[in-house]
Amino acid sequence: MRELADMLSGRYGAREWHDQRKDLSSVTVDASKLRDVLTWLRDEAGYAHLAFATAVDEIERKVFRLTYTVHNYGTAHGILVHCEIDRDRPVMESIHRLWGQAWTYQREMREWYGIDFPGSPRVDEEFVLEGWEGPPMMRRDFDSLAYSDATYAERPGRETRDPAAYMKEKLYPEADA
Amino acid sequence: METGILVRVGYALVSLFVITNYGLLLIGSMARISAKVQGRVGQPVWQPYIDIVKSTAKRNSIGHGVMFYLGPVFRLAGGVGTYMFIPAVYGSVLFRNFSDSGDLLLVMYFIFFGQLGMALGASEGGHPYSAIGVSRGLAQMTAFEVPFALSVIAVAIQYRTLDITAIVAAQQGGFWNWTVATNPLAVAAALIAFLGMSMHNPFSIVIAPQEIPIGPPTEYQSNLLGMLQTNRAIFNGAKLVLYMNLYFGGATDVVTMVVKTFLIYFINVFVGQAFPRFRVDQSIRFFLGVPTLIGIASVIIAAI
Amino acid sequence: MSDKKGKPVPLANEGLPPGERGLFCDAPPREYAPAAKIVEDFWNWARSQSLWILGFGTGCGAIELRPLMTSRYDMYRFGIQPRPTPRQSSVFVIGGYASVKTLKRIVRSYEQMMGPKFVVALGSCTINGGMYWDSYNTIKRIDQYIPVDVYIAGCMPRPEALLAGFQELKRIIRAGKAEGQNLYARDFERYKANQKRVIKDWNMPDYNW
Repeated sequence: MRELADMLSGRYGAREWHDQRKDLSSVTVDASKLRDVLTWLRDEAGYAHLAFATAVDEIERKVFRLTYTVHNYGTAHGILVHCEIDRDRPVMESIHRLWGQAWTYQREMREWYGIDFPGSPRVDEEFVLEGWEGPPMMRRDFDSLAYSDATYAERPGRETRDPAAYMKEKLYPEADA
Repeated sequence: METGILVRVGYALVSLFVITNYGLLLIGSMARISAKVQGRVGQPVWQPYIDIVKSTAKRNSIGHGVMFYLGPVFRLAGGVGTYMFIPAVYGSVLFRNFSDSGDLLLVMYFIFFGQLGMALGASEGGHPYSAIGVSRGLAQMTAFEVPFALSVIAVAIQYRTLDITAIVAAQQGGFWNWTVATNPLAVAAALIAFLGMSMHNPFSIVIAPQEIPIGPPTEYQSNLLGMLQTNRAIFNGAKLVLYMNLYFGGATDVVTMVVKTFLIYFINVFVGQAFPRFRVDQSIRFFLGVPTLIGIASVIIAAI
Repeated sequence: MSDKKGKPVPLANEGLPPGERGLFCDAPPREYAPAAKIVEDFWNWARSQSLWILGFGTGCGAIELRPLMTSRYDMYRFGIQPRPTPRQSSVFVIGGYASVKTLKRIVRSYEQMMGPKFVVALGSCTINGGMYWDSYNTIKRIDQYIPVDVYIAGCMPRPEALLAGFQELKRIIRAGKAEGQNLYARDFERYKANQKRVIKDWNMPDYNW
């Protein structure tokens, strides 16, 4: 693994190599180098399978962290390739020409996080939501509760309790005394 | 002993009424018996009656044009027609129906007729699954018709007639005169075809009433469905009576008829509870294989 | 009987392409008066003894329907059977949470069922949202969109609770109080307005028979 990490950092400036498990490592690259890194991993290093691609909203740092999981069936080893893009300008290069299935993940990220992938097929079509008009709902500044209260009628009389406190009160009333 | 045509129609209606109720009770009791085999309590014996009442009591109903309404009508005509040209009880005035007016070929035509009418009607419903269901049904039907037809040919050669009453008459006088004793191969082929005709397991994929949303009656509802349910009872009864007449010596009184048909129908339960389902392509291959060979063998044996 | 019955309002069928409008119903549902008392009582008895469930699992609660078919619970002895098509079934079991996307299918299936039709809402999510009370995509009350006859609370209710719910439904039907079809026809405009408020891309006919 060490030589792969050195190779990636030497060629593409990859950093923060971290072995999470014996069969899973993670590495961070610049967003502009991501496509090159994935191409090299796919064609040269044997990581031929794109298993997953998703985004994480790191609102505190004002970035989206994109994660691409590639897998090498020869060595049964996977790599999480991270890159970060600006939260205010969420545009990322499409990788649907590297892996045909990537456009599905990109369509998902487009709908859920509002990240655009220019050139990706059907990227603007709805993915799981139908007729969604609000902001991308997986962004952390989207207030799900407020949206739900405003959109869906509620039945009066619903009470919400803190589970821990309620269980304590009901099951172990003597604990407080 | 010549009776007036009106009296005969009256007799036929009584006979039809009896076979309808008998068919419904038969379906109900077989469902109950199957439930017992599976370790369940099962539905009441009279559940088919309740279902028909409920279907008829539906408040609204939709149609898809004339052909759509004609589908169940054809189906019912097929069921009634099949029954009307079979003597239900040999020698009985009440239950001889119109058996002197038609022969075996007419009855076999009527067996097919209902399904074809249903195919036209169900296709008119516009539901794509109806068309799939119909094509499956007709495919399987064409397949089981081969051993059945061969077996009927063997019987016709054996008795030198196509008249059902004459065939029954030739089988009178004890078990050793029945077709099942004189030409067992023909009976074997016909009984295997019977499993397919009854659309019980393992050949139940055609109707698949509860599990998969396909089958010819997909779009039928309310009283149209009630009609189909009634026809199912009549058609079941008619088929059983036909089999009894062709292969098991007919019946000279109603009790014998009930006992024999019940036992013939029971074959379905025995096989159905023991075997899982065939897909349609598998069942077609099955019917065109060994059962067809048995049928051919029976024809050859009858001919030489 | 409401006075709306006499003057049916033509449906807009707004979401449909113009060429398809003729394919769908353009009159709203109407109410059906029950038959004479003694006949209706007999029919209601038959309806209650022959409940055909629409086999459409709309949420996680549908998993609780499956055990009912098994030998252990055996719903057949109560005259309950699953049916594959809305045309033939009379009971719609809402199996738990309904997302907006599912609601579209629920409304269409419900409208295609032949009346009298009954709705059993299963699980807490159908009553007040349950654990999905703050979800962006899950409706909280199913009775805003279709009339409901019986609720079965729980997350999840056990199959025994379902059977008890079906017995309750039978009692309601026999008492002649399960008139969901007429309720839907009477308050059709309110139900449609509620549906259209949450289903933003209304691309289906306003009423499917």
